[in-house]
Amino acid sequence: MASWLNTIIQGILLGGLYALFAVGLSLVFGTMRLVNLAHGDLSVLAAYVALILVGTGTARFNPLYSIPMVMVIMFVIGYALQRGLLNFIVQKGDVQGVIVTFGLSIVIMNALQQAFTANSRGLDAGKVENVSITISKGLAIGWLPLMIFLMALVVISALQLYMGRTKMGRAFRAVSDDQEAARLMGINTKHLWAVAMGVALLILSIGGVMLGIRTTFNPLLGSDRLIFAFEAVIIGGMGSAWGTLLGGIILGVAQLVGAKAFGAPWQILAGHVVFVIILALRPQGLLAKTVTA
Amino acid sequence: MSAATRTTNAGGRRFTVWVANRTNLVLLALGVVVLVLLAVFPVFAPSAWVRKLVEFFAYLALAEMWNLMLGYAGLISVGQQGFIGIGFYTLWLFSDVIHINPLISVVFAAIGGVIIALPAAALVFRLRGGYLAIGTWVIAEILRLIVANIKRTGGGSGITVQAASKMEMRLGPAAYMPRVYWWSLAIAVIAIAVTYLLLRSRTGLALKAMRDNDLAAESSGVNLWRTKMYTYIIAGAGCAMVGAVEALYSLRVHPASAFNITWTAYLIFITVIGGIGTIEGPIIGTIIFYVLREETSKYGTWYFIALGILAIVVTIWSPAGIYGWVVRKTNFMLFPLQRKLRYLDSGAPELKTDGEEAVA
Amino acid sequence: MSLLRIENASVYYEDFQALYDIDISIEEGEIFACIGANGAGKSTMLKTVAGVLRPRRGRLLFDGEPIDQMPPYKRVELGISSVPEGRRVFPSLTVHENLLIGAYRNRKGSWTTDAIYELFPLLKPLRKRQASGLSGGEQQALAIGRALMANPRLILMDEVSLGLAPVVIKRIYEAFPILLENGCTILVVEQDVQHVLTVATHVACFLEGRIALQGVPSELSSEQITAAYFGV
Repeated sequence: MASWLNTIIQGILLGGLYALFAVGLSLVFGTMRLVNLAHGDLSVLAAYVALILVGTGTARFNPLYSIPMVMVIMFVIGYALQRGLLNFIVQKGDVQGVIVTFGLSIVIMNALQQAFTANSRGLDAGKVENVSITISKGLAIGWLPLMIFLMALVVISALQLYMGRTKMGRAFRAVSDDQEAARLMGINTKHLWAVAMGVALLILSIGGVMLGIRTTFNPLLGSDRLIFAFEAVIIGGMGSAWGTLLGGIILGVAQLVGAKAFGAPWQILAGHVVFVIILALRPQGLLAKTVTA
Repeated sequence: MSAATRTTNAGGRRFTVWVANRTNLVLLALGVVVLVLLAVFPVFAPSAWVRKLVEFFAYLALAEMWNLMLGYAGLISVGQQGFIGIGFYTLWLFSDVIHINPLISVVFAAIGGVIIALPAAALVFRLRGGYLAIGTWVIAEILRLIVANIKRTGGGSGITVQAASKMEMRLGPAAYMPRVYWWSLAIAVIAIAVTYLLLRSRTGLALKAMRDNDLAAESSGVNLWRTKMYTYIIAGAGCAMVGAVEALYSLRVHPASAFNITWTAYLIFITVIGGIGTIEGPIIGTIIFYVLREETSKYGTWYFIALGILAIVVTIWSPAGIYGWVVRKTNFMLFPLQRKLRYLDSGAPELKTDGEEAVA
Repeated sequence: MSLLRIENASVYYEDFQALYDIDISIEEGEIFACIGANGAGKSTMLKTVAGVLRPRRGRLLFDGEPIDQMPPYKRVELGISSVPEGRRVFPSLTVHENLLIGAYRNRKGSWTTDAIYELFPLLKPLRKRQASGLSGGEQQALAIGRALMANPRLILMDEVSLGLAPVVIKRIYEAFPILLENGCTILVVEQDVQHVLTVATHVACFLEGRIALQGVPSELSSEQITAAYFGV
């Protein structure tokens, strides 16, 4: 019994990680109706950025401290990417969005492979990776997964506050509602979209680096992460940041419970099954605020 | 002389709707000749070339299917590899488990594609746009994971298609590969024919209308959902057949390659070169892509990086692809799909009823 | 120097020409009305001034400065503000938030949210209400208030009376003098000729993309205006 509870708790914590991946995807879609197929690959890129920063040999430091720097770098990359490339397809329709971001995904995946080879790498955060908090007999929570989950809570709360209370946040919502009217009110949509992408990648990079610490990473993992983010968004409901957290949690729990019940190879498939069920029964998601585009 | 389709009275003026002109008929005749040549090709060509063309026609068929879904129904799928993979494994299933002649099993692959396409469509159509695209990817992933986790299919390591392998040994490669080739050619021709016929029909106009504006299409009485459904199913069946042919070609089925996203990557590149919305676009795109691949694939990741950049740049600069840019410049269509409205009283100018050049 | 000067502007939608050599001067302190039938080009002209459309030929000068290639957000910075056709308030934002968005460019001036609530008291009890839940008249007041929050020197109003009850229209027009007092020139586009001519200081009548008549309402007869409107 305790071990099932353990699994569920692990699943909830895993949901926090998925939420960190999902929030960015949802934010970009909400602001500019763009589904970024390179989203997962960008989270992998963040891990490699951390790898470069942390360095090898004697000059290395704990990758956890690299996170703020990675966040800034990824924000800049996101801003430049949007302003320099993606802004040209934002209003052009879904097809071009898919093809361009798919192309981008291919470029990032192969460029990383070219630069770092396909070998798995890891970010070494030292002892903290193995520390766990024992709650009772048979029930222990890893410190790192707990940190990731708490980060997700902090990020989503901050994002909600940002969207609800600040001038920029209001502008984001206005652009999301009616971009032409927003321009008439003096909002520079090109700049705003670039900020949105920057923020999305900033959030994404937290998850990317944390996951890189927790397990190994390689250039080919982006597709899976994109799918997990997507499933979390759809399960939780579009337009709701807390929804993506709920979606992430459900996905995480489904995956780990499935793995425990049927064996490790079934983990991802179990998540897909739950995703399919929710899509079939409640396509708008559990906490949907906006109607499907 | 024109190939007229109808002469109708409208408000007192008589006019003809015609689709092709003389040049197009000549080209059609030429096409038939080419087809006959292709059919007898294996008889006198070296086997290496036969093998190359098997792959070529497979890509061509896939590209026509993707083009049909995208260019005319507005369905963006990055999950066709799911159907290709199903085709692989259905072929294996009917050949090795149910013991039906492998060459005949290709037909069952199409049925397998249809059976999967129905529930897949029901799920995936609940999404729109880019999310729909990822949804199709998830379907493909689900299929891959299921197949990879069943021991009987060889699991993650894949399995040989024994019946096909034995057939190849019995006939000898020189006699076996042409049979595979004829299937591949047939599927490509069927794909082109189906696409062409569909687009010329009323459904075709409906699909083109859909591409331009969902709401407008719906309000003119077109049943969007059903037409999208048909298109998705046809494409599913077609891609599955291609998968079956590929299984015959490589004599092996393996989940990582059968269900690989690379199939979609190739489709996207072909589309970027050839554009969507025409029938000859995929043909041209496939030719150029295939030639490029033969020359450059030894460069590995650089090849993919270059393709990715090409896809990005071309999509932004000319959404109709490189070929589409050419079409716009020369205003020529190999497979005529536009209907031209021509008033029979003399002196009246030609008006086109659809396409970008329509007069306001 | 005129506040707004449109010099021989021609505007196209793809290949379709919507405006032919439009030439207008608007001075500070005017209430300039553009009237004309549907599709005559008046909204097109407003959109060109706002920056949504760019003229293919001709120039736009605001306070002597050429603005024809300037993006909309820069024009707001200069002091041009819009009340778009169909109001287009932001549905998911509250009334108060809609007003705050109007002040995005932080132009200095006398218009604050309090001043707007004073001008349109009907909005005050609705401050926390989502804009999607407002009536037509309330949305129109909000759209005008939102535009005023930019402390504009020139406010562009596109068909503000459309779909509103005469009582509401009257109240909106009653606000015009207050706008003028606070340093705002008004360029208003209307299909409903009757009401707008009671407040306009100048009028231009559009017909099929050209100006058929221009002048001071008190100096023009109703026959002249009807003729220009319908092109008889």
